[in-house]
Amino acid sequence: MFGKVIGKRLLFSAFILIAVSLLVFGATLLLPGDAARAILGQQATPERIAALNEQLGLNDPAWLRYFHWLGGLFVGDFGTSSATGGSVSALLGDRVWASFVLMGLAAIVSVPLGIGLGVYQALHRGGRRDQAMTGASLVFAAMPEFVIGIGLIAIFATSVFQILPAVTLAPPGEPVWNRPEQLILPTLTLILVVTPYIVRMMRATMIEVLDSGFVEMARLKGVPEKRVILRHAVPHALGPVAQVVAIQLAWLAGGVVVVEFLFRYPGLGQALIDGVTYRDVQVVQAISMLVAAVYVVVNLAADVVGILTNPKLRSAA
Amino acid sequence: MSPKTQTVRHDDANEPNEKIVLRVTDLKVVTNAGDEILHGVDFALSRGEILGLVGESGSGKTTAGLACMGHFREGLKFGSGSVSIWPRGDATAVEVLDLSEVAVRDLRGSRIAYIPQDPALSLNPAMRVGEQIREVLDIHGFGSSDRERTDRVAEVLVDVGLPGDKTYQKRWPHQLSGGQQQRIGIAMAFAMYPDVLILDEPTTGLDVSTQSVVLDTIRQMTVANNVAGLYITHDLAVIKDISDRVAVMLRGDLVEEGPVSAVLDHPQHEYTQMLMSAVPDLDGRKTIGDGAAEANKPSEDDDQTHILVSTGEKPSPGGTDSDGSESGGGAASATAPLLEVKDIALAYGKAQILNGINLTLEPGECTMLLGESGSGKTTLSQCVAGLNDDYTGSVKLRGTELERSTRKRSNEQRVGIQYVFQSPFSSLNPRRSIGQSLTVPLEMSGEGTAASRKAVVEEALDSVRLGRSFYHRRPGDLSGGERQRAAIARALVNAPSVMVCDEITSALDVSVQASIVALLRTLREERQLAMLFVTHNIALSRHIADNLAVLNKGKIVDYGPTAQVLENPTHEYTRALIADVPKF
Amino acid sequence: MSTDANSLDDLKSAATDAAEVPKESQTTYVPFYKRVLAQKQGKIGLTITLVIVVLSLCGPLLLPWATGNTATEFVTKPFSPYGLFGSDNLGRDVLSRFLAGGLTLIVYGVLATVLGMVVGAIIGMLAAYVGGRFDAVIMRLNDVILAIPQLVFALLAITVLGPQGWVLVTVIGLTHAPRIARVARSATLGVITEDYIKAAEMYAMPRWKVLLRELLPNITGPLSVEAGLRLTYSIGYIASLSFLGLGLQPPAADWGLMINENRIALSIQPWGVLLPVIAIALLTIGTNLLADSFARATASTSVEA
Repeated sequence: MFGKVIGKRLLFSAFILIAVSLLVFGATLLLPGDAARAILGQQATPERIAALNEQLGLNDPAWLRYFHWLGGLFVGDFGTSSATGGSVSALLGDRVWASFVLMGLAAIVSVPLGIGLGVYQALHRGGRRDQAMTGASLVFAAMPEFVIGIGLIAIFATSVFQILPAVTLAPPGEPVWNRPEQLILPTLTLILVVTPYIVRMMRATMIEVLDSGFVEMARLKGVPEKRVILRHAVPHALGPVAQVVAIQLAWLAGGVVVVEFLFRYPGLGQALIDGVTYRDVQVVQAISMLVAAVYVVVNLAADVVGILTNPKLRSAA
Repeated sequence: MSPKTQTVRHDDANEPNEKIVLRVTDLKVVTNAGDEILHGVDFALSRGEILGLVGESGSGKTTAGLACMGHFREGLKFGSGSVSIWPRGDATAVEVLDLSEVAVRDLRGSRIAYIPQDPALSLNPAMRVGEQIREVLDIHGFGSSDRERTDRVAEVLVDVGLPGDKTYQKRWPHQLSGGQQQRIGIAMAFAMYPDVLILDEPTTGLDVSTQSVVLDTIRQMTVANNVAGLYITHDLAVIKDISDRVAVMLRGDLVEEGPVSAVLDHPQHEYTQMLMSAVPDLDGRKTIGDGAAEANKPSEDDDQTHILVSTGEKPSPGGTDSDGSESGGGAASATAPLLEVKDIALAYGKAQILNGINLTLEPGECTMLLGESGSGKTTLSQCVAGLNDDYTGSVKLRGTELERSTRKRSNEQRVGIQYVFQSPFSSLNPRRSIGQSLTVPLEMSGEGTAASRKAVVEEALDSVRLGRSFYHRRPGDLSGGERQRAAIARALVNAPSVMVCDEITSALDVSVQASIVALLRTLREERQLAMLFVTHNIALSRHIADNLAVLNKGKIVDYGPTAQVLENPTHEYTRALIADVPKF
Repeated sequence: MSTDANSLDDLKSAATDAAEVPKESQTTYVPFYKRVLAQKQGKIGLTITLVIVVLSLCGPLLLPWATGNTATEFVTKPFSPYGLFGSDNLGRDVLSRFLAGGLTLIVYGVLATVLGMVVGAIIGMLAAYVGGRFDAVIMRLNDVILAIPQLVFALLAITVLGPQGWVLVTVIGLTHAPRIARVARSATLGVITEDYIKAAEMYAMPRWKVLLRELLPNITGPLSVEAGLRLTYSIGYIASLSFLGLGLQPPAADWGLMINENRIALSIQPWGVLLPVIAIALLTIGTNLLADSFARATASTSVEA
């Protein structure tokens, strides 16, 4: 039973990835005029353009190039960067880990923090602290991540205090986690952006659950308040919240781009911006696919949580 | 703050005596904003007796019941007064509302147990049913060993008529039927051998037959455990069935209290009297809603209709004095009936919703379509109205077969059959005024000018006794009864010949229901309107219908003149249905 | 919600609905704007938003030296004769550029939001109203677009089409659409089972009239909330893209670009960064507070709530 539901979800995930790959690849077909000329500039000689066309496989029909590219994805071959001439996989190798460190740290802090604060707010709803926290989460949820990041830099790295590095100090090649202090501000920025959404969602869901008949029933059975919340209320809120957490974690994959650019952090985001600036299509395609993969994985995880916390889905599905 | 109303008491059972287990004195509950919800309520519960607390929606009956457990819903708080309980064996009272949170918790579920309104919402969907019963025992430290508690769970399950075995205990709430879920709720309440039981409309939403089983279980368990019960309901018939004493609430006041027979048979307070006259009785000994609909309406018409129908001598409405039609008898057989439903069947996949339905309706005639939830009665009425086009078979209006979908029917056919929806809270667009909503049928049938439409709508508002001042009001400002009248008026603006009323009184309080029923009777006479009255409430049958069709699992099992069906039911389902109705 | 989820899809929509789709109140009718202004958030949000909008609209008229050089050197000190907040490294007056730099952001943000709202609301309402296979296909396609974060999508589009204004507006608007469509769809599904919709069908009201007269007025609440949120996000994305150097190109005066150009000098001339940062922060906070007050106004029954 359980396996069947998950199997269905897996199939759907595969469908999403295929569709995204079509979209991502299709977009490059929109490149105006001669892609090679666009890349090499107006002064390029015809020989060089022909060579690049050959190198990029641009002479093949589109569908062939698509399958070639898609096949490459499965074996970790993301093609050749048209800007650097090197392999995209090699270019992204270390950066993937650097970005995952950032996202992972942000997720590890903001998910429990968001759930905790949300439950707290729901239990004290209407009170002064609840209102203050709602206001704060509205403010942080509103601002774009680079605004929050610059605010943090102004406070902790330049104008007010100078206790943390404003940018990443690690020289190219050195793993970012060798200097933990340079991770603090980028991680904090992501946490401040992501947590408010989780808090708001958890608060809304918890309030709904706390108003439900079975929570009232539990109280009327004489169940102690702590057990009412932990045993009866919270499990019901987790399923829906997992969905929102998944959306937020997937969003992290996008938000990390700006944050990396701001802090000159050597991750995927930085590579993506470079790719866009130099019109390095292969790099942009590869990163888009990676980001979509992150989306699919976290959503699958949320589905599992949803099924596990809901016996109706577990048995009936 | 309104002054406390004097309660009419039929005896002195409320005075202190040793049988009393729980006593509520001058209880006041206020909202957080400071408005008083209960204006000082007194009642007492005695061992082995059930007190029915009856009132219409908004009377504060549930608030009073929950206050007995020291529980106040979000937005409400304790005002003043006291709730005293004498737990088993104790000579001294415990003041529930003075206790600490921990102490109140010790009482809840052990000394005072609660059976909720909707078991589907009150059982934790993520906990196995056995575990939920077990939780009560664990928290209150039942017995001395694990073993004892495990045995008690099985025992109490058997007590309420469910299997007590391990596999049953391992079920999830959603794997049980509504009646079974409610019995789990009852088992949970009785697990600790409580002294007091608060029952909050525990049979609402259950079918009549399930309701009667659940009521039996409750009665049995109350007597066997010698518990004092407080049964909260809006349904006077259920009160008569289950309780020993009854207390009537009206807008936060207790207006009358006493033994059931005394209060219900000889009501003293005018509200109780009004309530009693509004409750439909299966035998049709009275006419509900008289005077409630309109004062200037001569009541003889109603009485006459009513007597003729209830004596059952004449099957069809031919006896109604204002009725000039020759229908129902043999004279009309040459011409086609006004509405003819033939061989209607409908299935969704394997589920056969309707199976070969035949019905006819003559002008001015009312047929009641009776069925429990899931019988297919709403589906059938929507097929007739053209809202559901998935059926096979035919619907004929004056001999012409109608298209299945209302959109494909001709203007005239559409105008001919009008449908009134069940819930008055959903049938009017909240963003548009009553006038705008009521103009829609006219606009769509393309009749008249804007001015003439307005005149017609105002006339319809008058005829449902709302008055034209409602033209510019929005549904949000109206009560349930007023909205239902507006919805009926919308069905009237096109002067239909058939009106399909789908459970139009089931969302309304009993007094409002009575006035709507009276309104429908009047409209039939004034307009020669044929009516298909769809309901689950068999008690209404003699009050509105000439003919009765009983629908069970998509088939009509009994069909004929109302009195005939009620007195000589041919199908055992009908017999069971009649037997299960709480008697008045 | 979670209790009556019968499938994972129900769970998903329930999850997002709870936070994002307020239930339209059915009771006493008080005009929407009155309910919005009765909220503290509504008053503050509207005030902040209006101040920033007026500043950006009128600013260029007050100090028309946004792109030209007014000083010959990098003036880092505020309150100098070269300008209230000094100049940037090219000697351009920071205040002038600040006042001139908000207009494009606001215009692009509004355009992207309008595009997304129109496309999204139509798709969502139709998907719910038509239902069946059409609905299923539309929602699956939505899921595909949702798999790529909006910013990454915008970057992909810019790679292909270049950093031009219409590209930003179109791609942000169109990537809003599936998200708005989801909200519009579930709001519509909540209303479509109401009997007054069935009544309109019964009277054979033309379908477009059912959508426009019966449905739309009853989902304006959730849609207005969504519009407020999407405006906030649009402004955020467009500012972010400018900040990444992929929006307006130099020497244009634009807040995001200004922050990018001046952030190296944050420690010696903070005003070039802080003025636009504060403005963007206030603008997004203002619109987000408005969105929140829309949500409260939608769910509230009366003015006091």
